[in-house]
Amino acid sequence: MNPAAPPSRAGASVRAVQDPFHGDLLEVSMGPHHPSTHGVFRMIATLDGERIVRLKPVFGYLHRNHEKLGESTSYLASMPYTDRLDYLNSMTNNWAYALAVEKLAGQAVPERAEHVRILLAELTRLLNHTCLAGFLLQDTGCSGTPLMYAFREREAILDLFEALSGSRMMCNFQRFGGCRVDPSPAWMEAVSALVGRYDRFLDEYEELITGNEILLARTQGVGVLPAALAINAGITGPMLRASGVNHDLRRVDGYGLYPRFPFRIPLGDHGDTYDRYMVRMLEMRESLGILRAVLRDLPGGPIIDPKAKLRGFRPKPGEAYGRIEGPKGEIGFYLVSDGGPNPYRYRVRPPSLINLTVLEDLCLGHTVADAVIILGSIDIVLGEVDR
Amino acid sequence: MNPAAQTPEPAPAPAAPAISDAERAELRRQGILLTSIEELYNWGRSNSVWPLQFGLACCAIEMIAASMARFDIARFGSEVFRPSPRQADLLIVSGTVTKKMAPQVVRLWNQMPEPKYCIAMGACAISGGPFKQGYNVLKGIDRYIPVDLYLPGCPPRPEALLHGLMELQAKIRTQPLTGPAAPAHLRPGADGGECVIPDFGPHDLEPPHDPARWQPPRLIRTE
Repeated sequence: MNPAAPPSRAGASVRAVQDPFHGDLLEVSMGPHHPSTHGVFRMIATLDGERIVRLKPVFGYLHRNHEKLGESTSYLASMPYTDRLDYLNSMTNNWAYALAVEKLAGQAVPERAEHVRILLAELTRLLNHTCLAGFLLQDTGCSGTPLMYAFREREAILDLFEALSGSRMMCNFQRFGGCRVDPSPAWMEAVSALVGRYDRFLDEYEELITGNEILLARTQGVGVLPAALAINAGITGPMLRASGVNHDLRRVDGYGLYPRFPFRIPLGDHGDTYDRYMVRMLEMRESLGILRAVLRDLPGGPIIDPKAKLRGFRPKPGEAYGRIEGPKGEIGFYLVSDGGPNPYRYRVRPPSLINLTVLEDLCLGHTVADAVIILGSIDIVLGEVDR
Repeated sequence: MNPAAQTPEPAPAPAAPAISDAERAELRRQGILLTSIEELYNWGRSNSVWPLQFGLACCAIEMIAASMARFDIARFGSEVFRPSPRQADLLIVSGTVTKKMAPQVVRLWNQMPEPKYCIAMGACAISGGPFKQGYNVLKGIDRYIPVDLYLPGCPPRPEALLHGLMELQAKIRTQPLTGPAAPAHLRPGADGGECVIPDFGPHDLEPPHDPARWQPPRLIRTE
C-alpha cells in the first residue's frame, strides 16, 4: 500500500492526533474487517499511551433496510426477515414479532403453543449464552478450545431446531396465534435428553474456564457498568442484571405462561465483564429448570388457534408494542396498522444496539485488548445493531 | 522433496501422456512416481487454500461452524483462517454486502496476492438475496470482483460450504500454469486484476458496477 495514501478504511490503521493539552494522542481504527469486532463493526479509539481516552463506534455496515422492507411486505412475510435480525436467536425474534402482531389483532394463542414457545425460547437462550461464552473466551486469547466446546453444544441444539422447523438457523417457526409445526413425541424426547445432559456440559465448561486465573485477571474489574448508568442508558438483558438491577421481562411483564414456571434471576454485584459472563452462565442453569418444568407440564391440544387467519391477514387500525426477554435483552416490535395488509409503521427495538451505546463509557481508561473483551461481553450481533 | 512419499493417488495427466497408464502403474509398483510440475503444483496449492477470516453476516456463523469440530474444514486443508488479506488465498464473501461495506470488500480483494479465489457464499452475496428490494444492499458482489464459485442457500449449510470448497479445489487442480488461462501472476505483463474500488456516494455506489466485469442483463424482445 502506498504509505502516503490516507489510512485504509479496511482493517486497523493508526494516525497521530494533535491535542494541545495532552501531547500526541494516537487514533486507532479497528474494523470493519477485524477478527474481534464480531462482524462488521468499527471502533475508532483514541489512545493516550496505552489507555483509551475516546472511543467512537461506527456502525451501519450491515444496514439491510429491515424496517423499510417490513413496511412494504405483508405481516406474515416479515417473519422470515425477523430471523435475520439476530441470526443466532431466530426463535426469540419470531416470538417477539408474533407477540406484537397478536396484540395488534387480539389473537389468542393455545396453551400447547405457549408451552412450545417457552421451550424454544429457553433453548435459544442456552444456544446464545453458550456461543457467547465461547466467543468471549476466544476474545481473551483462549483460542479454539472454548469455542469448539460451545459449538459442539450449539450443533446439538441446532439439530433439534432443524428437525422441528426444517432450518438450522433461520427457523421461521412462529405464526400469529400459535406455531407452525406440532412437535412430535420423539422430538420431545430428544429435547429431554439434551436438557438432561446439559448440566454436565455446563459443569465441564465451568470447570475448564470459570476459575481460570487468566480469565479472572482479564475480566474482573474491567468495563464496570454502574447500575445508574445502565438504567439511564436503557440497557436490558443479562448486561443490566450483571449491574445488579433486578429487571427481567419474564418476571416484569409475565408474558406467555412464564408466571407459571418458577425461576431465579441471577444478579451481579460489580457490573464488570466477569459478572456479565457469570450472569449468563447462571441464567443457563435457570433455563434448564424452566425447560424441565415445561417438558413435564406440556399439555395436548392444537398448536395453532384454528381461527387464526394466515392469508389475507388485515388487523384493524391501531398500534401495538410486543416485547420479550430475548437472550440479549428486551427485543421489541412496534407496529402501527392502518387496516391494510402491510404494517403502516414497523419498528424494531434492538437490544444489541442499545446495549452498545455504553461502549465508550465502559472502555475509557482501559487498553485496546480490554476493549475487545468488553465488546465481547456486551454480546452484539451486527444484524440486529444495524438492521 | 520426494513426491512419491506424499502423493498416493496422482490423477492421470490430461493431455497426450508420454507413457501409458499400464506403464505408469508398473512404475508406481516399483516405487517410481511420474508426474508433471503442473499437477504437483496444483495438487499442493489446492490442498492448502487459506481463507480470509472475514465474516459479513449470518453466513459467517455457518462459516465458523464449518471450521469447528463437527464439520472440520481442516480435513480439506483450509482451517488456517488468516486475519490479514496479505496471507489469504480465498475470499469467502459470507453474507450481505451493503453499499457502505462494498468498498472495503473490494479493497480487501485487491490486497490479496495472486493466485486468489472468491466464493460468493449465500443468496445475499450472489444477488442481494432477500434484501435485494432494499435501498442499501449491493445486488451481487460479482458487480465488482470476479467470483469463482456461487454457493446458494440462506444461509448455506456447513456441508454446502465444504462441497463448494471441494469444487474450488477441483477447479484449482485443472488450472493450467501456462497459456491464457494461467493464474495472473504466472502471465508476464498480465494485469494483476486490480478491481475498481467504488465510492460510497450520497445516492449510490460510484460506479454502481464495474463495466468491465459486469453488465446489466439486456432485455431481448421477440415479436
